[in-house]
Amino acid sequence: MPILDMTLARDGKVYFWTSSVGRKLLMAITGFAFVAFVTIHALGNLTAYMGGSAMNAYAAFLQGMAHGGGIWVFRFVMLAIFLIHATTAISLTLDNWAARPKGYREKKPQAANWASRSMRYTAIILAAFIICHLLHLTVGWRVIAPGFAHGDAYGNFVRGFQSWPISMFYIIANLCLGLHIWHGIWSFSQTLGWAHPRYDALRRFLAAVWSLLVICVNISYPIAVLSGLLK
Amino acid sequence: MSEHTKNLTLKIWRQKSARDEGHFETYQANNISPEMSFLEMLDVINEELIHKGVEPITMDHDCREGICGACGLVINGRPHGPRERTTTCQLHMRSFRDGDTITIEPFRAKAFPVIKDLMIDRGSMERIIAAGGFITAPTGSPRDANALPVPKTCADLAMDAASCIGCGACVAACPNASAMLFLSAKVSQLGLLPQGQPERLTRVRDMIAQMDAEQFGACTNFAECEAVCPKGVKLEHIARMNRDFIKSAILYRPPQASAGGA
Repeated sequence: MPILDMTLARDGKVYFWTSSVGRKLLMAITGFAFVAFVTIHALGNLTAYMGGSAMNAYAAFLQGMAHGGGIWVFRFVMLAIFLIHATTAISLTLDNWAARPKGYREKKPQAANWASRSMRYTAIILAAFIICHLLHLTVGWRVIAPGFAHGDAYGNFVRGFQSWPISMFYIIANLCLGLHIWHGIWSFSQTLGWAHPRYDALRRFLAAVWSLLVICVNISYPIAVLSGLLK
Repeated sequence: MSEHTKNLTLKIWRQKSARDEGHFETYQANNISPEMSFLEMLDVINEELIHKGVEPITMDHDCREGICGACGLVINGRPHGPRERTTTCQLHMRSFRDGDTITIEPFRAKAFPVIKDLMIDRGSMERIIAAGGFITAPTGSPRDANALPVPKTCADLAMDAASCIGCGACVAACPNASAMLFLSAKVSQLGLLPQGQPERLTRVRDMIAQMDAEQFGACTNFAECEAVCPKGVKLEHIARMNRDFIKSAILYRPPQASAGGA
């Protein structure tokens, strides 16, 4: 079989990083790290409902972890996770586009839902949102965060959400987040191979409830500020 | 029979050769019996084209019993047409209404180059099988049934995977033109049985490497493949293949140049 031997992709090299399934696994694991982060981030901010001093104390605790070094270690880990998630996503997407150079005239989606089909677009919105969110409430860029004061997390949070355009942007970004992690959580479990008829319905349910919980908590903040509940 | 015949408008992809640009052409199908299969309807069109001296439409087909996997057309935007768990050859014209317009396209993927009209080259799938979708142990003549006991549940699950006919509808339906459902069925049918165990981890690795080399896309868990599979192969098999891939990434041993033994 000389022709077969020539075409078979057997080179004996470790190919985990270049293989499509290997890249998918990296994407799934880093994506899940983001889900874990965003969940803790959303829940941690519930301290806002306990008053300004509680939230500022929580912020001070995060800033002071390991004598102030902890937060920097954490930031670099998050940056690495972001870079892995983004590069694997881009390389897989390019491969996927190349896999069908000529499309169909007519194509009816059978099972793909809104969330799965919008992953690439919600991803771009989320990347833009993360940059804006960091500039807004971490860096405190004056153009979008007038009156920003380092050390006053609660004050920055309330002043930020008192602006209607900013609040609307956060709400829209969170709806995108919900769609993205709804498919993401389910997809994560599938890529890691956690499929079984006994748990399949549960996996779908958990993905929906989890993403709904995260975005409900997150969206409650701008609404609470705009309605005057938090001031 | 004649009072129920249908008149249809067909928009069919015509492409002279692999190098040809290709285009859609419109044909009228008149007096089509609802008892005809979809391929028989195309046979009738081809008869008419031959009589007119026009090059007939080339399409792939073989058994016309829904088990060989040779036929496969994208009919109105769905591989194998509108019916669930039905191959193109088993689709009948009763599934369409009089006056319908039907768009017929070949399965589209980089790994499935069009040979002519609606016929594609699925050699990429053959090469994936050749990369590891078998067991190398010589099995000799058929053994006695039950010589190697396999629990009923495992046998059934393996049979579900083995029901894949390799038609390529999963690839055609996948927005990424991924062959993961096909591959996972071929990995699972052996991975679920005792004979498949010794080579389980090299098999999944080699077959996935071949899939990537053939430039199929990657899975994004849309589940389109499962919805159109004429044999009802489940996404569960993709998850099993992913599990095997993880194990393989951890436990894989490259083949030794000097094999062990006595």
